[in-house]
Amino acid sequence: MGEPGTKDRLSLEELEASRGIYTGRKHVLSILVENKPGVLTRVSGLFARRGFNIDTLAVGPTDDPTLSRITMTLDGAQHPIDQVTKQLHKLVNVIKIRDLEPSEMVARELAMFKIHADGVNRAEVMQIVEIFRAKVVDVTKRSVIAEVTGGRDKIEAFERMVRPFGMVEMARTGEIAIARGRAET
Amino acid sequence: MRAVDAVMECLKAEGVDVVFGYPGGANLPTYDAFVDAGIQHILVRHEAGGGHAAEGYAKASGRVGVVFATSGPGATNIITPLADAMMDSTPMVAITGQVRTELIGTDGFQEADIFGMTMPVVKHSMVIRDPADIPRTIHEAFHIARTGRPGPVLVDMPVDLTRADIDYQPVADVHLPGYQPTTRGNRKQVRLAAKALANARRPVLYVGGGAVLADAGAEVTELATSDNLPVTCTLMGLGAFPAPHPQWLGMLGMHGTRTANYAIDEADLIVAIGARFDDRVTAKLSEFAPHAKFVHIDIDPAEISKNVPAHIPIVGDCKTIVPALAAEYRSLSPDSSRLNAWWERIRGWQEQYPLRYQDTEDTEIKPQRAIEALYEATGGNAIISSDVGQHQMWAAQFYHYPAPRRWINSGGLGTMGFGLPAAIGAQMANPGVLTCVVSGDGSIQMNAQEFATCAQYEIPIKVFILNNGYLGMVRQWQELFWDRRYSHVDMGQFPDFVKLAEAYGCTGMRFTDKTSLVDDIKRAIDTPGPVVVDVRVTREENTYPMIGPGAAARDMVG
Ligand SMILES: Cc1cc2nc3c(=O)[nH]c(=O)nc-3n(C[C@H](O)[C@H](O)[C@H](O)COP(=O)(O)OP(=O)(O)OC[C@H]3O[C@@H](n4cnc5c(N)ncnc54)[C@H](O)[C@@H]3O)c2cc1C
Ligand SMILES: Cc1ncc(C[n+]2csc(CCOP(=O)(O)OP(=O)(O)O)c2C)c(N)n1
Repeated sequence: MGEPGTKDRLSLEELEASRGIYTGRKHVLSILVENKPGVLTRVSGLFARRGFNIDTLAVGPTDDPTLSRITMTLDGAQHPIDQVTKQLHKLVNVIKIRDLEPSEMVARELAMFKIHADGVNRAEVMQIVEIFRAKVVDVTKRSVIAEVTGGRDKIEAFERMVRPFGMVEMARTGEIAIARGRAET
Repeated sequence: MRAVDAVMECLKAEGVDVVFGYPGGANLPTYDAFVDAGIQHILVRHEAGGGHAAEGYAKASGRVGVVFATSGPGATNIITPLADAMMDSTPMVAITGQVRTELIGTDGFQEADIFGMTMPVVKHSMVIRDPADIPRTIHEAFHIARTGRPGPVLVDMPVDLTRADIDYQPVADVHLPGYQPTTRGNRKQVRLAAKALANARRPVLYVGGGAVLADAGAEVTELATSDNLPVTCTLMGLGAFPAPHPQWLGMLGMHGTRTANYAIDEADLIVAIGARFDDRVTAKLSEFAPHAKFVHIDIDPAEISKNVPAHIPIVGDCKTIVPALAAEYRSLSPDSSRLNAWWERIRGWQEQYPLRYQDTEDTEIKPQRAIEALYEATGGNAIISSDVGQHQMWAAQFYHYPAPRRWINSGGLGTMGFGLPAAIGAQMANPGVLTCVVSGDGSIQMNAQEFATCAQYEIPIKVFILNNGYLGMVRQWQELFWDRRYSHVDMGQFPDFVKLAEAYGCTGMRFTDKTSLVDDIKRAIDTPGPVVVDVRVTREENTYPMIGPGAAARDMVG
């Protein structure tokens, strides 16, 4: 292939298709939306209609009161992420979408675990809480509530550790994320 | 100024000359404003008719169609037209009344959450929260409906807010930070596409509704004729390339010509211009155009590589991209003779597989013949608005469209009942241009109430009902793929369409003899005012050729 504008032809064999590829990994999308009625319904409705499954979803205000940020995690093995973001872009109230590269972002989630902890194993539970730098936020005779913040891996590891003691219940916020360094999310 | 008078000012500023609508409690204030507004309002007989009329107006003119409806049932009646407009990328603004603000959420009288219900079938929608926002919101609605990939926009106005007085200032421009459609194609990509085209030995231009929406018929024709490039159009693209024409292969897809489908099957390069690789076109996706590379020009980035991966994507308006591509292509001085072998192959198919049907020995009218006769009687110069079914396919196959916006139909949603009201809209947009409806005895009954609208407003459309007494398209599928077990497709001979037409104040006619058909059609056309013709056609006729369900294009039958 010569320089643009030169008179050569392009052999068709050289062409490669750009496809909405399945990346096969988890994606964290940070979606900046206008704070308008129905925005979240529009976003979630789009996912439902196009058959995209959301793993986690977190919504909250940003530094600008007219905008909210939706952070969403999706499985790139199941969905052509490219098609997902292009469809999202078509929503008039969506201002910006970033598909955050794992190395370029900090992602955190908050989880609370209510764990069986009576006399015998309470000390052990407390030790795990300590190791994970989690926090006990409520204690009763039979259970404790631990609060953990961190990446998904850390939260899932904590869950694996405390589950054998007996999990009463658990609540997770879903990840929120922000781009590292000076780059805007 | 009353907020509702501001609504009228906004419509005028947007160049709206006619709206289609239906009043009710929740839009009484708005309807009061119509009295003095100086905007023509067509009172349809059903809000769905109003929505489809707005679509027909838009499709025939390229301008934004406007429909008004009241809250609750009025609003829910326009959901089908909204969905239809969404599928076919038709620019339309729907303005619905809503119950007063304090009643919202209380299951108030005639409350329906139309904003929530229509979200998946609109390009955008807005609810008025503050009367002062009304003018800006309406202008935003028109801007969004018309620009980028066009589509329907809904504005829901609680009735109490429309009663307010506002300080009206004309809105000069709209600011939508999240809405910036790309219109200029990437020059490098255009160059790449030109080079690929110049090297292709078996190219096909695959032209879709986007070329019509962009009013890019002349540009497409110029590209095609700047060399000897073969052209096919989708159902929605018909007219974007003038038919008949030596380079015209006919429509492609499920009921397209064998020539067009075989050409796609053997092509080495397909240039898609405003077409979205619909499943009616690709048939079995994994076997669609197996030898081809794809240049895909579309204003909507999400269409690129959605169904078929593009090798050279070009995002933008084909109105400007196609001429740029033609210029680049010519600058490469491609050797036309490289296409000779390709044309020989194409001519072979054209000779072997013209569109055909078995005509009758007696005087019975074959539906295909009825369309041919309509073509002859109108000299190909009419606007044809079609309903959905076999007659639609015959009108696509046997009428030839010399220009864009002459062929009005519901492609994506395939809405029976579209044809008549859409013709009303098309006629309003083109007074003086002969406007005909091609319908079936099933489809016409889905919005037959609009005959009254035609009569009242003296809208002189000519309606040709190809009456086979069946839901023909469904009957065909039951015949071919369900062992001829006919299940609820026989419509009998009800109603008497001549009497129905007369009851509505239209002229009714019935044609049963093929020998006088062209003259009879001319007589219908020459009759002033709206005319409804019951054209009795062969009861069990099938639409061919056809790509069967799950089959590949090369395995067309019939
Ligand atoms: C009974 C029945 C049978 C049918 N059989 C067939 C058949 O045999 N063959 C067939 O083709 N169809 C058939 N259809 C219609 C089919 O369902 C689709 O509606 C049609 O194929 C879509 O046409 P299109 O690809 O041109 O896209 P459209 O729906 O017309 O979409 C237009 C495309 O152009 C893009 N666009 C818009 N504006 C611009 C611009 N300014 N510049 C560039 N791009 C732009 C849009 O983003 C979109 O991708 C049938 C329908 C029915 C109801
Ligand atoms: C609103 C709606 N309901 C059902 C269908 C399914 N459908 C597609 S074609 C068809 C038959 C149309 O019959 P008619 O209008 O008489 O036309 P013909 O096929 O006989 O020419 C039906 C029922 C549809 N497209 N739209």
